[in-house]
Amino acid sequence: MSGESWIAPWRRAWLAALGLLVLAFLVLPVFIVLPMSFSDSQYLEFPPRAWSLRWYRAYLGSDEWMSATRVSLAAAFLTTLLATPLGLAAAYGLHRAGGRAARLARAALVAPLVVPVIILAIGVFYLYVRLGLVNTMAGLVLAHTALALPFVVVLVDAGLRRIDLDQERVARSLGASPLRAFATVVLPQLERSLLAAALLAFVTSLDEVVVALFVSGGEMSTLTRRMFTGLRDQVDPTIAAISSLLILLSVGLLGGAQLLLRRR
Amino acid sequence: MNRLAIVSEESGAEALARDARRERRRALALALPALLLVGLVALLPTGWLFWLSVIEGEKLSAAHYLRLVEEESYRRIFWTTFEIAAVVTVLAALLGYPLAYWLSRLPERWANFGLVLVLVPFWTSLLVRTYAWLVLLQRRGLVNQGLQGLGLIDEPLRLVHNWTGTVIGMLHILLPFLVLPVYASLRAIDPACLAAAASLGASPVRAFWTVFFPLSLPGLLAGCLLVFVLALGFYVTPAILGGGRVLMVAMKVQENAGLYLDWGAASALAVLLLLATLALFALLARLVPLERLLLGRS
Repeated sequence: MSGESWIAPWRRAWLAALGLLVLAFLVLPVFIVLPMSFSDSQYLEFPPRAWSLRWYRAYLGSDEWMSATRVSLAAAFLTTLLATPLGLAAAYGLHRAGGRAARLARAALVAPLVVPVIILAIGVFYLYVRLGLVNTMAGLVLAHTALALPFVVVLVDAGLRRIDLDQERVARSLGASPLRAFATVVLPQLERSLLAAALLAFVTSLDEVVVALFVSGGEMSTLTRRMFTGLRDQVDPTIAAISSLLILLSVGLLGGAQLLLRRR
Repeated sequence: MNRLAIVSEESGAEALARDARRERRRALALALPALLLVGLVALLPTGWLFWLSVIEGEKLSAAHYLRLVEEESYRRIFWTTFEIAAVVTVLAALLGYPLAYWLSRLPERWANFGLVLVLVPFWTSLLVRTYAWLVLLQRRGLVNQGLQGLGLIDEPLRLVHNWTGTVIGMLHILLPFLVLPVYASLRAIDPACLAAAASLGASPVRAFWTVFFPLSLPGLLAGCLLVFVLALGFYVTPAILGGGRVLMVAMKVQENAGLYLDWGAASALAVLLLLATLALFALLARLVPLERLLLGRS
């Protein structure tokens, strides 16, 4: 008995239509920007009457946009480089230690996930004004790392739960140093989780807006910050081109991460 | 001889315990760098806001909080925030439940494909999605064109830079947060329950409302709570799609801190938002494992 038989067919059709409509509502707005970005017109139209790469040229030819892109990519790269090892060490340590202290520490590490980002943003801003870290790459990377760490910790922890850590004890008892036992027994089994965590950290920094609004500016403006301020003034079609690139990048990276996590 | 053996056994056990304790301390120490960073950048400044919210000049004072209660403008902001969060939650439930239900009845392969489609917007930046709605909903945008093409309206509707645009954009961003937990809870329901109801003579509609729906309520409640609590703290979407006509709590926090440098006002409001958020999350944590829900980005 599959439980399928009890819905009358006409209800099915009605339900399927509604389901498809809601799916369309979720997916189409994301991708509609792609064709629009190739429009030749000042007003974004769909379907575009004339196709061109005008807005991509405008993006690539603008010093401001290029500098913002460099800042964003650098911040995302450094955030990944910092958040992944820190998160790995923390998740592994807390998993090993167990007990109340570890649970508390874990809760503290995951806390940035539940605090509204505007609160983190003004808090960080208040701190950075005092430390002279406003509008610096270091400040941006530290803040983004705090935002990315929860993802890394949760993903690595999920990976660790699937590993039999007794294997590591065996390696130790056979004379391997703690580091060697970890590197040769645990790390290879965590590969996928770590890669997925790194991708997530990268995208978290790349897409972040609110903290960047407060702590990045001038020369250090991120791409999203410039987009945000640009959007409030007018609908600049260049942003459609940038958005399209960002969509492809994040769907690619996070879709990849999802595949990594599923295929085990 | 006998006594000696006992003594050495005891000290052996002690040594083992000592080793275990040392090992545990070392393991905990591995988390220290991450904890320091999160503590310094996220937790300490947030704690600081509590302090800033209760001092006026040099003295302790409730003035910043009293202002939140007394001033008409703040009351309006609270109401707007609550209203938008509530409307978005109800709409998300009305659209998300049927979708999750439909997906949960599909064969596994199709359901997984549908879930990927639910996740795709999850994977794209919030700013980009907000921008997409700005383009779609503008005067000459696709939605207005479509409605005019169908002959449903004569004049373009004002869909953006107002309350409507904000709700549509936030609904789009928050809907996956409802669909995923509801889907999980629907999948967990044993089809045998429905078969039992049917075999006892219940019509499909009756079986749904008396057996299936009540069993799915915890998942639905969790999804609704999550959408509501995330909506309370929204900043980017109302800032862009509201066009200055919609003022939510997070935007006022930004204005007070970033524009007026009025830290007392900003932090009192932030503390209030934080407490409401934490209380709702605490409630939510009793219903479902939180971390898995939050892996999607807000």
